[in-house]
Amino acid sequence: MKILVCVSKTPDTTSKIAFKESNTQFEEAGVQWIINPYDEWFALVRAIELKEKDPSIIIHLVTVGGADCDPIIRKALALGGDEAFRINADSNDSFFIAAQIAEIAKQNQYDLIFTGKEAIDYNSAAIGGMISELVDMPYVSLATLFELNGTTATITREIEGGEEVAEISLPVVVSCQKGMAEQRIPNMRGIMAARTKPLKVVEPAAIDTLTSIVNFELPPAKAGCKMVAADNVPELIRLLHEEAKAF
Amino acid sequence: MSVLIVLDQSDNHIKKSAYEILSYGSQLAAQIGTTAEALVLGTVNDDLAALGKYGVSKVHQVNSESLNHVDAQLYTKTIAEAVAQTNASVVVFSQTHTGKSVAARVAARLKAGLVAGAASLPDTSNGFIVRKTVFSGKAFANISIQSPIKVISLNPNSVSVVTTDGTATVDQLSIALDASKIKVTAVNKITGEIPLTEADIVVSGGRGLKGPENWGVLLDLAKVLGAGTACSRPVGDAHWRPHHEHVGQTGVQVAPNLYIALGISGAIQHLAGVNRSKVMVVINKDPEAPFFKAADYGIVGDLFEIVPQMTAEIKKLKGIA
Ligand SMILES: Cc1cc2nc3c(=O)[nH]c(=O)nc-3n(C[C@H](O)[C@H](O)[C@H](O)COP(=O)(O)OP(=O)(O)OC[C@H]3O[C@@H](n4cnc5c(N)ncnc54)[C@H](O)[C@@H]3O)c2cc1C
Repeated sequence: MKILVCVSKTPDTTSKIAFKESNTQFEEAGVQWIINPYDEWFALVRAIELKEKDPSIIIHLVTVGGADCDPIIRKALALGGDEAFRINADSNDSFFIAAQIAEIAKQNQYDLIFTGKEAIDYNSAAIGGMISELVDMPYVSLATLFELNGTTATITREIEGGEEVAEISLPVVVSCQKGMAEQRIPNMRGIMAARTKPLKVVEPAAIDTLTSIVNFELPPAKAGCKMVAADNVPELIRLLHEEAKAF
Repeated sequence: MSVLIVLDQSDNHIKKSAYEILSYGSQLAAQIGTTAEALVLGTVNDDLAALGKYGVSKVHQVNSESLNHVDAQLYTKTIAEAVAQTNASVVVFSQTHTGKSVAARVAARLKAGLVAGAASLPDTSNGFIVRKTVFSGKAFANISIQSPIKVISLNPNSVSVVTTDGTATVDQLSIALDASKIKVTAVNKITGEIPLTEADIVVSGGRGLKGPENWGVLLDLAKVLGAGTACSRPVGDAHWRPHHEHVGQTGVQVAPNLYIALGISGAIQHLAGVNRSKVMVVINKDPEAPFFKAADYGIVGDLFEIVPQMTAEIKKLKGIA
């Protein structure tokens, strides 16, 4: 059985968000890069757990990006991936990225493709759904539990106002979130092993870009917090009701 | 040419987010000089002609029970076929659970540029540029869509609902449906609670509540306000509250009209899930808590003293004994 886990490089969750070049580019100076938390904590770790139960499982990793992605791919390999692909292209267009990954997926015939539920930088929650269409597999989004029995998966996912449990024959594409697995840290053995695991750099396929970023904006600064004295709770409620019209 | 608005339903009813995208899609259609039409998938008990009052001239339905569960693959084929039949040039979704499952897949099938998480109407004065939230609500990006067909998935709670006095014609689309490859074995709806992503008001508790046994004060306040309840990540991790209540960068993202934070410090990862709220109120005993920098109203004090007074005061205001 072969699993493909899609990982992307995102700014650390505490990063200061700023822009340069007349707000057309993200300011990368001083930013720490991490594996997108949903990709790492939930998609990758769940794949590793499945491999721990069945060591014949092979885990491939894929990312679309430049050489600056290599450290996060090495970390993902240290956690437990077997082999990685980096598609050497820089793009913010979901379709371009998904179509590049779909090319890798078509060549390698995966039984399972895992993504995080969204990336914490562009928050589009789009890659998994697009890949599934391009490789013509069923898609289960926002999964919180994933169990495998032979070639059938039992998946719990979040839906409007609750959750749904479903059975699906592989192959399937799944977007993963909290509940799927618990965060891990790589151990020394994993880090050593990761150095010699294959990281293949592939040139991108010819794919159209359908969207582009014109510029960025920061939200307007808040007017500041109006403080109410602790012994004047009725005033807070009056402000919320009359001034903010919040209820 | 038309703007096709794909409506969310669950339990055979049109959802609140659907009215928002009806208003949004109708305004967009007026802006680009075309008609707005709605698409309803599955069996729905609501009066579909009445959706005209949100600005659509036609409501198309694919009335099949097999569409009552959202199977992204089946939905995508069906929606793409409806796009072809209605000659739509823009397809609008709501970025809800259903939108997140389906919009991107539809975009890939149509080879249409996608903006998921849109925050306002497109600027069509020179091209087609849509503003969306990025970096978990810490910034916006203006995205230009270059493809002939465009797909927009709108963040819930980002536009207001506008009504007119129109009515719509309702017709059934004839689309052959594949069998679903997904066998749903159980559906567990959270009952007796307001779904967090739909709540107008959210009352949220952090580690400052000290333990699950103290949640009564928070629940009382939520009850008088008709609010949904949420919590910070450590509270969810410690199982003081169910994990679906965890909001933040790694939890649920909410954008209510009013967010009340009780005993939450306001870490950047927490704010990332709540900073699209219209009004934020913080009760914290530490005047240095970072949340005060992001909030609109605040009280420095002990939540166990202040929250019951808030509840009593709101009861008075609402005339609840
Ligand atoms: C990668 C990453 C992702 C994360 N994702 C999330 C996320 O999605 N959501 C999230 O919430 N956190 C997230 N966190 C954790 C986050 O950094 C904070 O640790 C967490 O939000 C703190 O929760 P808290 O405010 O409940 O607790 P604390 O930080 O412990 O704050 C408790 C607050 O309660 C106040 N208090 C105590 N007693 C009282 C009282 N009697 N009356 C009034 N106030 C009182 C204190 O002054 C304090 O400010 C993440 C962290 C990381 C590293």
